[in-house]
Amino acid sequence: MRSLLGFALSAISSHRLRSLLSVLGIAIGIGSVVLLTSIGEGTRRYILEQSTQFGTNLVSINPGKAETVGIPGILGGTTHKLTLDDAAAIARLSNVERVVPIAFGQARVQAGELGRSVFIYGVTPDIPDVWRFHVRQGGFWPHGDPSRAQAMAVLGPKLKRELFGNTNALGQFVRIGGARFRVVGVMEPKGQFLGFDIDDSAYIPVASAMRIFNRDEVNEIQFVYRQSALVDTVVEQVSRVLIDRHGGNEDFTVTTQEAMLEVMGDVMNIITVAVGAIAGISLLVGAIGILTMMWIAVGERTSEIGLIRAIGASRRQVQAVFLVEAAALATGGGAIGLAGAMALLALIRTAVPDLPTHTPTIFVVLALGVSFATGIFSGVVPAARASNLDPIEALRSE
Amino acid sequence: MIGLENVCRSFAVGDSEVRALVDVNEQIENGEHVAIMGPSGSGKSTLLNILGCLDQPTSGTYLLDGREVSGLDEAELTEVRRNRIGFVFQFFHLVSRLTALENVELPMVFAGTAPPERRARALKAIEHVGLNDRADHRPDQLSGGERQRVALARATVMGPGLLLADEPTGNLDSKSGTQVLDLLDRLNENGLTLVVVTHDPAVARRADRALVMTDGRIVRRLRGKELESIQGIGPGIAPGTTDVTSVST
Ligand SMILES: Nc1ncnc2c1ncn2[C@@H]1O[C@H](COP(=O)(O)OP(=O)(O)OP(=O)(O)O)[C@@H](O)[C@H]1O
Ligand SMILES: [Mg+2]
Repeated sequence: MRSLLGFALSAISSHRLRSLLSVLGIAIGIGSVVLLTSIGEGTRRYILEQSTQFGTNLVSINPGKAETVGIPGILGGTTHKLTLDDAAAIARLSNVERVVPIAFGQARVQAGELGRSVFIYGVTPDIPDVWRFHVRQGGFWPHGDPSRAQAMAVLGPKLKRELFGNTNALGQFVRIGGARFRVVGVMEPKGQFLGFDIDDSAYIPVASAMRIFNRDEVNEIQFVYRQSALVDTVVEQVSRVLIDRHGGNEDFTVTTQEAMLEVMGDVMNIITVAVGAIAGISLLVGAIGILTMMWIAVGERTSEIGLIRAIGASRRQVQAVFLVEAAALATGGGAIGLAGAMALLALIRTAVPDLPTHTPTIFVVLALGVSFATGIFSGVVPAARASNLDPIEALRSE
Repeated sequence: MIGLENVCRSFAVGDSEVRALVDVNEQIENGEHVAIMGPSGSGKSTLLNILGCLDQPTSGTYLLDGREVSGLDEAELTEVRRNRIGFVFQFFHLVSRLTALENVELPMVFAGTAPPERRARALKAIEHVGLNDRADHRPDQLSGGERQRVALARATVMGPGLLLADEPTGNLDSKSGTQVLDLLDRLNENGLTLVVVTHDPAVARRADRALVMTDGRIVRRLRGKELESIQGIGPGIAPGTTDVTSVST
């Protein structure tokens, strides 16, 4: 017993089990909130990391207007497709650095006996710069007119390994969707994007892809604008060019990284509100648990309160004893919840390594701070009851 | 020095009023040893509580060291209880989860004494009541007499001028009772003013004088030979007589 604090804590440690049970509410509350927010925060960081790995000044254009109706191209007059000429027109804008028309689809890639069904990206040789990829071996086909089909392919590292093992793939031939392509390059590993394995895919000229997938339009146009340009200005310029070309219809959707992050921010806000509600309810439950326990403690220790008043404890000190006790209980409960959440998170990380989790230090500090505040809050009424006891009445109770 | 002038204390119980103290006038000098006797319900504890500044008179004045207690604010009262007055109770009132030593330290915890000094003083007080080998025991590991001696160490560790004891031997066998009373006598010899409430004539005879209370009034003041010869104090006590019948408590 080192001080008033020690005296307050002595009551907790003399009723270990009861104290533990009374803080269960706050422990579970704090624990679940830390758990949920750690998963939420991990997911947010993961998505952010995934999105920005392509660079923040990347913009994509998709056919159809997604603003007013959920499904593009269902309402309104004629919906024009996006074409290679659209891409060329955008490329002429001074603020636009690089443009890549993309036609993609699933197709089988066959090398001799071995074959794999993978994602095929019809692109231009600008794609490594736009997506910030690196070529490990060889390179892309030479720049030229994107509307010219060429029988050349670049393989993702996983696809290359699956088809060619450790032997050199450069100069070898593969069949994609029935056509023959010469392998001119192999990409560096890039890993997953939102759970999608980019390394298990192949890149071919966009015109070749359009031929394989039998269409005359592209799925998407992506471009990178100059760092110095303002995103809104660029989007406006690009939109004007496309509207002009599409006979005055805005039948396409422009998505900037900012917009994507904003959408994600909205989702995170909803999650935050939901977690906040859980936190609020569980803290209330926890607070009631501690309030009840402290109220009972004051009743049980009435004669002790009379005694300490008689030997020179002031009202404020009696109040402090019970406030400290409540705060210590709640903080201890919060710490237990925190430790439980950490243990669970460690377990999750080993069991489900793909589920991203992250617990910033501020969460830990906040969890303990909020627990402490809850304790003070729920200790106020019992402490007031204790300090207002008449010392004589208190001494008489036995 | 203690001065009581026309001190009354009544309690409202429902619609009626219980007059626990009625016009009590008394002077107690520093260093005196005074016993308070009287039948159950005669107001002894009420008087002791007022003397200990735990309670205030409904009317009348209580002067402690020349200061009127009813004029003191909450902080001053706490200060007086902390430093000037020691309490010993019939039921010991030890904190059961603390060791003997920690119980003795308790008044100094609230006084804000630094831990090393606190420990040293508590150890000295424990030694004074002959319990150094029991310092780390909890109250439930101590006998009644030992508990009361711990309580006595706690009551004196702040060096009070006035010690108030309400039936300090009421729950003890005669041997432990004698040990506690011997300790009280020794404290009194060293200048401590002692007021002891008791039903036991043997305890009262150790005092310099005794006040006999009935129905909230001091009805007799005994000293010297009268005090020596008391056998028991009953409600039917007749003023002027010393051979009084014993009353069961
Ligand atoms: N808080 C209270 N409320 C109402 N009545 C009280 C209160 N305290 C004391 N009394 C009454 O005042 C009277 C004196 O009580 P007190 O406790 O002083 O008696 P006592 O002489 O100490 O008795 P005992 O020898 O039994 O301890 C009793 O009638 C008691 O019922
Ligand atoms: Mg009494």
